[in-house]
Amino acid sequence: MKKIQILGTGCAKCLKLAAVADEAAKALGLEYTIEKVTNLSDIAGFGVMFTPALVVDGTVKVAGKVPALEDVKKLIA
Amino acid sequence: MKTSFFQRRLPRLVVATLVLVAWWLVYRNLAGLAGWLTYSVVGLSSGSPLGAAVEFFIFEAPKVLLLLVLVVYGVGIVRTFFTPERTRALLQGRRESAGNVLAALLGIVTPFCSCSAVPLFIGFVTTGVPLGVTFSFLISAPMVNEVALVLLFGLFGWKVAVLYLGTGLFIAIIAGWVLGRLKLERYVEEWVYATKTGNAMQEEALDWPARLRLGGEAVRDIVGRVWLYVLLGIAVGAGIHGYVPENFMASIMGKGAWWSVPLAVVLGVPMYSNAAGIIPVVQALLGKGAALGTVLAFMMSVIGLSLPEAIILRKVLKPQLIVIFFGIVAGGILIVGYLFNLVL
Repeated sequence: MKKIQILGTGCAKCLKLAAVADEAAKALGLEYTIEKVTNLSDIAGFGVMFTPALVVDGTVKVAGKVPALEDVKKLIA
Repeated sequence: MKTSFFQRRLPRLVVATLVLVAWWLVYRNLAGLAGWLTYSVVGLSSGSPLGAAVEFFIFEAPKVLLLLVLVVYGVGIVRTFFTPERTRALLQGRRESAGNVLAALLGIVTPFCSCSAVPLFIGFVTTGVPLGVTFSFLISAPMVNEVALVLLFGLFGWKVAVLYLGTGLFIAIIAGWVLGRLKLERYVEEWVYATKTGNAMQEEALDWPARLRLGGEAVRDIVGRVWLYVLLGIAVGAGIHGYVPENFMASIMGKGAWWSVPLAVVLGVPMYSNAAGIIPVVQALLGKGAALGTVLAFMMSVIGLSLPEAIILRKVLKPQLIVIFFGIVAGGILIVGYLFNLVL
């Protein structure tokens, strides 16, 4: 079971990243949960300074941008 | 057989050169083209208000958009070398004065959006970047940005763009330094310093094709966001250019009116993210007799002091600190406004 987390305070890019991650996980046929982390101290706890960020199983994969679908697939696979 | 690096890159280099040459040719000939289109093709009479407005728009709109695309692309590539993590590493444990200068400079090139001002603030102050140095960064990053500089360069010329760059940095450095001297750590919300900051991200190594691609993404992202404001701003500016009488603004925003600078700052605070649209309007006003210092103060206030940013920062700063922060930056802007009205 993959645990995908999207860190961000709810800006447009955060929503977009969540959508892309969801689509990528579905395309890969993964078993996964997806969760939005909006609490600032939690976001800071990951050491992320630039939102949105993508976290997979507790590891920060991308911060500050929304990668293309194909790139997200590689990151969560 | 393996092709050499140069052979593989040659077609792209040729294309890039051709694009740059085409860009230059269009850019150089816009003035003539705009005049020809307005007076010969559309057939407006020269000297009429409508003719002046249309010519202004046909000339300025493509010019500013061309400049924006080129500069945002270049800055987008430069920014791939400056991640917030690297900027933080450069600022950690810096002594104040030098740290303020460095932070203000890094504010220009580090990728920043006001929606991540808060995580960035936490990431900085919890890992040994002094509070005042963090403020220098937070003032400079939104205020001295490439979109504002391009618009200033395109519409006012390089002197005003350099003035803006210099005074913007000056305000960021001085205001950050003063805020640091005041020892305001107690006005940061307690939980901020209690946050345990993780050490995120292994840095990804980027090659040049990736950097160029990120430059392209920056163009799509930033120009995609501001082009409409730019066009609207230039359209309003064009209207002012054609229809508002000469020296109309002299009484309201001219040098003679002492209250014009503070008024410009106060009016600027609630306006936000329309900087791209406001600069062309302001440029047209300047042509009608407004004073440059007042105009600069207005622009800095629009771009550097914004209510949404204050609301976002409220999550980590107590109200007293937000008031002090805004007060000091506004004070710096006032000084700049009066100074330029006096000198120029």
